[in-house]
Amino acid sequence: MFIRQSILLLLCSTLISAAVHADVNVYSARKEALIKPLLVKFTEKTGIKVNLVTGKADTLIKRLEHEGKFSPADLIITTDAGRLFRAKSKQLVQPMQSDILDALIPESYRDPEHSWYGLSVRARPIIYHKDHVKPEQLSTYEDLANPKWKQKICIRSSNNIYNQSMLASMIAASSAEQTEQWAKGFVKNFARPPKGGDRDQVKAVAAGLCDIAIVNTYYLAQMQHSKDKMQTLAANKVAIFWPNQNDRGSHVNISGAAITTSSKHPKEALKLLEYLAGDDAQSWYANTNQEYPIRNNIKASDILTSWGTFKADQLNLSELGKRNADAVKIMDRAGWR
Amino acid sequence: MRFSLSLLVLIIILPILVILAYLFTPSSAVWQHLYDTVLGTYVTQSAILMVGVGFGSLVLGITSAWLTTLCDFPLRRFFTWSLLLPMAIPAYIIAYTYTGFLDFAGPVQTVLRELFNWSYGDYWFPEVRSLTGAVIMLSLVLYPYVYLLARSAFLSQADSVLEASQSLGLSPWQSFKRVSLPLARPAIIAGLSLVMMETLADFGTVQYFGVDTFTTGIYRTWFGLDENSAAGQLSAILLIFVFTLMILERWSRQQARYHQTSQRVQHSKRYTLKSGSLFSALLFCSLLLLFSFLIPVILLSHWAWLTMDQAFDTEFLTLAGNSLLLAAITAITVVSIAVLLGYGLRIYKQKNFAFLVRLSTLGYATPGVVVAVGVMIPLSWIDHRVDAFMDATFGISTGLLLSGTIFILIFAYTVRFMSVALQSVESGLSKVRPSLDQAAQTLGCQPRQVLTRIHIPIMQGSLLTALLIVFVDVMKELPATLILRPFNFNTLAIRAYELASDERLMEAASSALAIVATGLIPVLILSYSISKQARS
Repeated sequence: MFIRQSILLLLCSTLISAAVHADVNVYSARKEALIKPLLVKFTEKTGIKVNLVTGKADTLIKRLEHEGKFSPADLIITTDAGRLFRAKSKQLVQPMQSDILDALIPESYRDPEHSWYGLSVRARPIIYHKDHVKPEQLSTYEDLANPKWKQKICIRSSNNIYNQSMLASMIAASSAEQTEQWAKGFVKNFARPPKGGDRDQVKAVAAGLCDIAIVNTYYLAQMQHSKDKMQTLAANKVAIFWPNQNDRGSHVNISGAAITTSSKHPKEALKLLEYLAGDDAQSWYANTNQEYPIRNNIKASDILTSWGTFKADQLNLSELGKRNADAVKIMDRAGWR
Repeated sequence: MRFSLSLLVLIIILPILVILAYLFTPSSAVWQHLYDTVLGTYVTQSAILMVGVGFGSLVLGITSAWLTTLCDFPLRRFFTWSLLLPMAIPAYIIAYTYTGFLDFAGPVQTVLRELFNWSYGDYWFPEVRSLTGAVIMLSLVLYPYVYLLARSAFLSQADSVLEASQSLGLSPWQSFKRVSLPLARPAIIAGLSLVMMETLADFGTVQYFGVDTFTTGIYRTWFGLDENSAAGQLSAILLIFVFTLMILERWSRQQARYHQTSQRVQHSKRYTLKSGSLFSALLFCSLLLLFSFLIPVILLSHWAWLTMDQAFDTEFLTLAGNSLLLAAITAITVVSIAVLLGYGLRIYKQKNFAFLVRLSTLGYATPGVVVAVGVMIPLSWIDHRVDAFMDATFGISTGLLLSGTIFILIFAYTVRFMSVALQSVESGLSKVRPSLDQAAQTLGCQPRQVLTRIHIPIMQGSLLTALLIVFVDVMKELPATLILRPFNFNTLAIRAYELASDERLMEAASSALAIVATGLIPVLILSYSISKQARS
């Protein structure tokens, strides 16, 4: 009896808390530690309560799909443009009208039809071991398929969205056939079967297991900034090389957000989105998580500034989503696990 | 009664039926791509993993169970309960821990390199993140299932049987091989099948180790490629495979069914081990405990200590509370249902009903992500129907009543962990001789009374085991919780996962340690009750 009552109680309480208040409900692929502090600040400032579920973007999108028009979610946050594109193509998110956002966020970092906006930028350059590689030897992503790099490259699994999007950007720059050719050569140069995350690749380069790796900038910056001596030690043995500076620029991606089609509180959700693009939040991204602010007029962190400026690929990031399926299949065929 | 039981089973297997129904959707073009590229790897890697982990946990589990129940050596009492401890460690957490410890950039190899002035390529060191590594990690934390069930089987073997074997001149080894082992076989197989199912369903470890198995393949097809029907079909194939194995296991067991003739479980005479065998027994148990429990826990404690200032905040208590609450509610729900089903199986002996119940245990071998999708589809369908009905008749929109609440989560756990509870309940029930049922009925008991007055008291021990295993399993569960949980509802497992998947192993340590510690409470109660049982 007690069990039944407690279950009922639980059910009611969750139902009520989800239904009554004009809260903003957020599905976030940014992990809790990397978004909650901002949400708390937003609530302090506006009095609007924010409810949060975190998860992987793909599963959150699937959840939105199943919940349909009843979904309690108002805002979906992802760490990759490709997934925002997917949410849009499934009509799970809606276009929004915000002069503030249009003014703040550069065009290539937002959806042409205003369905989603980028909130922070992450670049995916090449990193190399300072003692084993000279920067003159490096040039482009494309060059990494050159047999001279045999047994020298570390990169994480093709299951990872950052790699999928990077490949999608290469398809956009050339063609599926050329990219597949490239991927086959690139995979032949792997020093080990892909495993671990981006920090693992940095550690592997630092330890001499491979000479170069491709990683997201904030991982390296966080390692340099880390309290863990092993991490700082590893991070200091490597340096960044910005590839493709003479043509399209280095690959960048965004974390971004969109308002769901089913949103019951789109106004409040938009307020939150505008807050996330505002000065406070942008500086927080830069200094706490070592990401590039989406706006040029906000200062990047000291570490990022020390890496200098670079030319970023200006491709509209919707293209990453459009070519995601092709990218995944190419990696499968190339044997990139 | 029978009707309502069947209905209950149907509700539990609904998600499984939903997955199986994918077999009847048209196959998509992506199949050719999967077949050409990755499918072969998925199948072979999964097969190797299953065989390896099955073998590993059998060797570790049976040996330790036999040593601690039927032999006598110093520290035996201590090992009796401490060898259960690894059960509290989720496979993905032991995987994170050993990776941090033994990987190329980890402390062990770094010290080696500095000591001998080696660099990469100068020496050989086993790669932790590999298929072999996954086999070892999973065996280290899954063997307690075999240990637990084999142990209680060995314990319940009447003295007279072993005495008879000894007086007939069998050596300890022969007696083990020819008497104890065959008698314990049903229990051992039950343990083994739990291990196999856990292995097939494992996602965290293999994904972290970069081993492509069927499970990671399903995940990739479902969420990465966004090919629902192909992923559903892959899952259905996995389910059919598991079901075939289960039928084979049942069938093989039917050849031999043992009921104890005596309930006396006093082991006055254990084999006293001497010199060589004593040393090996001690060494075996110590090493097992060291690698499966002590090393990971010491490492986690060390990391947790280093990151203490930010780890143990007030939110930490909320997370622990959520984890405990979920685990407790689920354990009670699942075990109650398992008792009803197990008893139903015993009294109705009906093929159709038995088939449905077997089907309901498939959830355990189903990866959490697949279960999550399997519960999401029917529940959101119901929600939409109910809303449409209420809207049409009363003009009220009810929205999502089931999905997005704790209910869907508990439902998913029930689907996922029914097998664990049922195995334990059934093995408890099988110890009750059918003659007892008949006696009770002759004395005028209704079936319900037979259950409450005869069976439940007799199988108290098995019920406790079932409760605790489900409890610990829920504490550790990750993928379904991640996908289905309601707003602002996090658990320890989720925090540990989020930090670890962000490669912040050290910061993940405090939550991981808390999962292990909370998991330890039931394991300790369990081991306490076992050692009390053994003494009385």
